[in-house]
Amino acid sequence: MTVAPAVEAVELAKHFGANRAVDGVSFVVPSGTVLGLLGPNGAGKTTLVRMLTTLSVPTSGTGRVAGFDIREQPNDVRRSMGLTGQAATVDEILTGRENLKLIGGLYGLSRKYVRETTEYLFDRFDLTAAADRAAKTYSGGMRRRLDLAVSLLAAPPILFLDEPTTGLDPHSRSGLWEVLRDLVREGTTLVLTTQYLEEADHLADEIVVVDKGRVIAAGTPTQLKDRAGQASVVVTLTSAADLDDAAELMRSQSPEVHVEPGSRRLTAKADGLGDMTRIAAVFESSGIAIDDLGLARPSLDDVFLHLTGHRAEVLPGADPTTQGVPQ
Amino acid sequence: MTATEIAPAPRRIRPEISPPTLLRASATIVWRNLVHIRRMPEMLLDVTVQSVMFVLLFAYVFGGAIAVAGTDYKEFLLPGIMVQTMVFSAAIVAMGLTSDLQKGIVDRFKSLPIPRSAVLVGRSISSLIHSSIGVAVMAVTGLLIGWRMRNGLLDAALAFLLLLLFGFAVIWLGIWVGSLMRTVEAVQGFMFTVMFPLTFVANTFAPPESMPSWLRAIAEWNPVSAVTQACRELWGNGLPASADAAWPLQHPVLMSIAWSLVLTAVFAPLAVSAFRRRSRD
Repeated sequence: MTVAPAVEAVELAKHFGANRAVDGVSFVVPSGTVLGLLGPNGAGKTTLVRMLTTLSVPTSGTGRVAGFDIREQPNDVRRSMGLTGQAATVDEILTGRENLKLIGGLYGLSRKYVRETTEYLFDRFDLTAAADRAAKTYSGGMRRRLDLAVSLLAAPPILFLDEPTTGLDPHSRSGLWEVLRDLVREGTTLVLTTQYLEEADHLADEIVVVDKGRVIAAGTPTQLKDRAGQASVVVTLTSAADLDDAAELMRSQSPEVHVEPGSRRLTAKADGLGDMTRIAAVFESSGIAIDDLGLARPSLDDVFLHLTGHRAEVLPGADPTTQGVPQ
Repeated sequence: MTATEIAPAPRRIRPEISPPTLLRASATIVWRNLVHIRRMPEMLLDVTVQSVMFVLLFAYVFGGAIAVAGTDYKEFLLPGIMVQTMVFSAAIVAMGLTSDLQKGIVDRFKSLPIPRSAVLVGRSISSLIHSSIGVAVMAVTGLLIGWRMRNGLLDAALAFLLLLLFGFAVIWLGIWVGSLMRTVEAVQGFMFTVMFPLTFVANTFAPPESMPSWLRAIAEWNPVSAVTQACRELWGNGLPASADAAWPLQHPVLMSIAWSLVLTAVFAPLAVSAFRRRSRD
């Protein structure tokens, strides 16, 4: 049996006058997986999500959500998905609880269901203590969680998230990632947009890189990293005194060895795990003590630079050394 | 292929979603707007404290200086100032709509399986409730300072119905402006620039007979004047329009209904298409 994909974009395009915000984008999201739409500001990610969630009418092309056509069956699409927009669109004057009551009323859900589900979601998202406070008193992270609770009230099988962690501090961000991973474990399909490579790398099964309204690359995070160039084996010695011996040893295994003078670290181009285990075995038998040995793939940032010619955004508060920030 | 075959069973069971009727969806949005008013009573200042203030200011500051044939100025004033309050519903609806569009609330509503017109209907009904509070406050203030409805219950009620009908008609203008403009500040500036001449170049606060003839013609054909004149006659506040007044003032009840229909016919299509256009992108 073939299973229909949860979300599908078919040559989707949206033109605002001469501006081709989205210019023929296609992708498929299998049920129960996470698609990351990655791209810089203004790449067309939000417009894509707005079209797939029926907020914006495509100039051409179409899409399907839960098997329903976004042009022909918009109300069925709206019944099958939840949306958490870029600006947390909660009603600031209503309390957290009232926000869910409002949306429950608009879905036509029973009062009993809304009451019980609100308890459940607030408990899960750590909002119970703030449930009866006006949403304008919430912190950024709480607002996002409330927005997410609102989107999840009707337990949609498919959830769209437009830059869900933009503007959040690192703590709130990792909390939200946790929540999203739980949803995926329960079988929810996620489509999320992000400017952050780290976020796409953490959450997405499949990444579609968008720039200037077009898809410039697609694949799993590993596939994309492989495209940016070769992997390498990085060896950290216990003592810097062994540097020359170690370099000679590695040259016997790899044609291109790089030694960082004054450090304990050597790098060798490698084709993959096979090369790594071979080098590990050679060190094992040589008796040179090592602290660490590992395979380093190019970061997604290298991929991004390679594909778009410019660097991606760096997560605010992230450790720059793990992000490959230009020096 | 149906949706249930696609999604692997989540731990939580999907609830029964029964897409609400226009009535239920609009009622939910009205509930939300009324909670806003309850939370921020200062939103009602324009129709509570200000209503009392304007009635008293006009009655006692201008009242002595403006001579009105056949009646006391307070009697003349009340119908006019109530019509003005209803006309300002357009500004209230426009500001509310722009604010919801700006904050993404309208997007949230549009992502739900509800009739899209519920956003407008809900907004309109809550604005009419808002303005009606103002009219009620003015009526009570008026009764306290000597204004009376002298022609019985039926005529009195008919006048209030005409006010509501006219309020409903001008709300389309508000939705049109609210859908076209980007910020609440812009809406506020624009609406007040339009609303003040619209409600002052009329028979609301002074008899048009004393205006220059070209201005008097505008004032007498102003829809606001017909509604004001209709209320005055139904409540027994002063004399019928003078014999040389323009035709609409000779048939004010009929013209109040006609103007309301004409305004709706002109502005409703403009409003709906502007809102749709705004909602397509």
